[in-house]
Amino acid sequence: MARFLLRRFAYLLVLVVIATSVAYLLAATQLNPRSRYEGRNPAPPAAVVDAALDAINMNDRTPLSERFGRWVGGVVRGDFGRTIDNTPVNDEFGRRVLVSLRLLLIGTVFGTLLGVAAGAFGAVHQYRWSDRVLTLFSFVTLSIPVVVMAVLFKNAGIELNNLLGFTGDTKLLYTTGEMTPGLDAWSWDGIVNRLSHLVLPSLVLAVGAIAFYGRYQRNAMLDVLGSDFLRTARAKGLRRAQALIKHGLRTALIPMATFFAYQFALLFVGATFTEKIFGWHGMGEYFVDSVTKNDVNSVAAVTLFVAILVLIAGFLADVAYALLDPRVRV
Amino acid sequence: MSQPEATISRGRLVARRFLRQRLALAGVAFLALLFALAYLSPLLTSWQYDQLDTAAFLTPPSFGHWFGTTQNGFDVFALTMRGMQKSLVIGLLGALISTGLAAVVGAFAGYFGGWLNTTLVGLIDLLLVLPGFLIIAILSPAFHGHTWLIFVLLLAAFQWMITARIVRGMTLSLKEREFVHAARFMGVPGSRIIFRHILPNMASLLIIDATVNVSSLILAEVGLSFFGFGVQPPDVSLGTLIGDYSGSALTFPWQFYFPAGFLIALVLAINLIGDGLRDALDPNAGAEVS
Repeated sequence: MARFLLRRFAYLLVLVVIATSVAYLLAATQLNPRSRYEGRNPAPPAAVVDAALDAINMNDRTPLSERFGRWVGGVVRGDFGRTIDNTPVNDEFGRRVLVSLRLLLIGTVFGTLLGVAAGAFGAVHQYRWSDRVLTLFSFVTLSIPVVVMAVLFKNAGIELNNLLGFTGDTKLLYTTGEMTPGLDAWSWDGIVNRLSHLVLPSLVLAVGAIAFYGRYQRNAMLDVLGSDFLRTARAKGLRRAQALIKHGLRTALIPMATFFAYQFALLFVGATFTEKIFGWHGMGEYFVDSVTKNDVNSVAAVTLFVAILVLIAGFLADVAYALLDPRVRV
Repeated sequence: MSQPEATISRGRLVARRFLRQRLALAGVAFLALLFALAYLSPLLTSWQYDQLDTAAFLTPPSFGHWFGTTQNGFDVFALTMRGMQKSLVIGLLGALISTGLAAVVGAFAGYFGGWLNTTLVGLIDLLLVLPGFLIIAILSPAFHGHTWLIFVLLLAAFQWMITARIVRGMTLSLKEREFVHAARFMGVPGSRIIFRHILPNMASLLIIDATVNVSSLILAEVGLSFFGFGVQPPDVSLGTLIGDYSGSALTFPWQFYFPAGFLIALVLAINLIGDGLRDALDPNAGAEVS
């Protein structure tokens, strides 16, 4: 068993190393950090540009192998190099992961719980009007791209502010950023301010999660509802609700374990579109900005981070499976 | 080996089950309508997507410009229809490539095993670990000025892996079945067995997968184009339109809501068809049809 686990771990490690190297090499050859200094007026002397690019290990006149070697040397020591703005990539990560977590946690948790509940409810009440409404809602929502959904919610928020007369600096619902600058983060005003920044992006995330889980949980629950063990549970004297929750819902949750695991891991990766549209400076924004700003080291670090999280999610899915499904337990 | 009688009756059975579902039929009708609209639109209006009307900047919908015009005087109807053509082609072509790749890679890995299996499974795992969005974004400067077909290939390249895993698993069990053994002992080469006997046996899975892929590829295109990593100007897609005009959705709403509305309608129609197909081809899954 130990040998198997060790081999498995080595395999995953090789995957991460290859994925990150591919991302670094692609970014280093395709992106153009020098463009940052081109078109400036007055044009900086070539020596200055080279020195600036050398300082962050992104000079395209240094051979690729040398740059790659320097970068690998840093990564091995846990240093992911410097961003295009000459700040440490590591610091950027620490800050942004927390921003993403603060943004995603509430919306995702609420959305997932409500979605699972709605799906199970829909399955139990199959073909009643409540089930039909939920199914229709899921269907339409899953056809709306997150980009459009986020813009819709943002504009609805602005309209609502205008309608209720919040036209000044204080708003009912804020549509950009995490909190109004200058407020004390832990005072009463600060917390209220944070929450009113959170409402709209959380709604975007929650609505998506409700639609997704509502649909999948409904199908999983329908598969379970006609099963023999549920009838047995009723026959041995459990009340309907008890049987449905303890035996029905628990079994129907097993196929969802994979989704939960991936979703948990992806909390740290952030929500690209929601962050971009609501102006949160989290990992999702970093994802896009690292490419648009030609930030080679950030691209590689983000890839490494995502690769590791995907593998952790796979592991978590297996664990969750074992926890929920007694047949898998050893 | 093949039984024409049985295949026809199964095809009829599936068709009958599909035709029973009103929502799926509505999806087909709606998709056909959108298709026709997208490709016949040049006949309906005198404005082309790359044509400027210097007499109408940012005008709301009117007789001359059904969906209004943009800041530069482009006709929003022509832009939306052109974008929808792009989305349809990207979705259909990409889904075909992606499902085809999944079928071939999964079946070959499962059937032949050995080093081929090890290599292909390694490739699948690697591509699953690589963030596709990021890689396509990095490569987007490379396909500036080139054909958008490269973009479709890239989108498909990051879409096929999970299906390939499922196909591989099914192949592993199918290859122990009698009809495959029989073919093998008769001397039929492996690749022929795969295309003649193994893949036709998972046609349901592949058809459903292709349909689901159409809508997820259309959405992926929108996401990438929103940030400028997808379809490049002067060409337009629903994604570039939504990206360009999302900022003016409050002040000049027609520029944003028409492309967004058509995108949602398109994806919804495809999802309805996919759901109907799933019920018709695989009536045991989900127990949707009573």
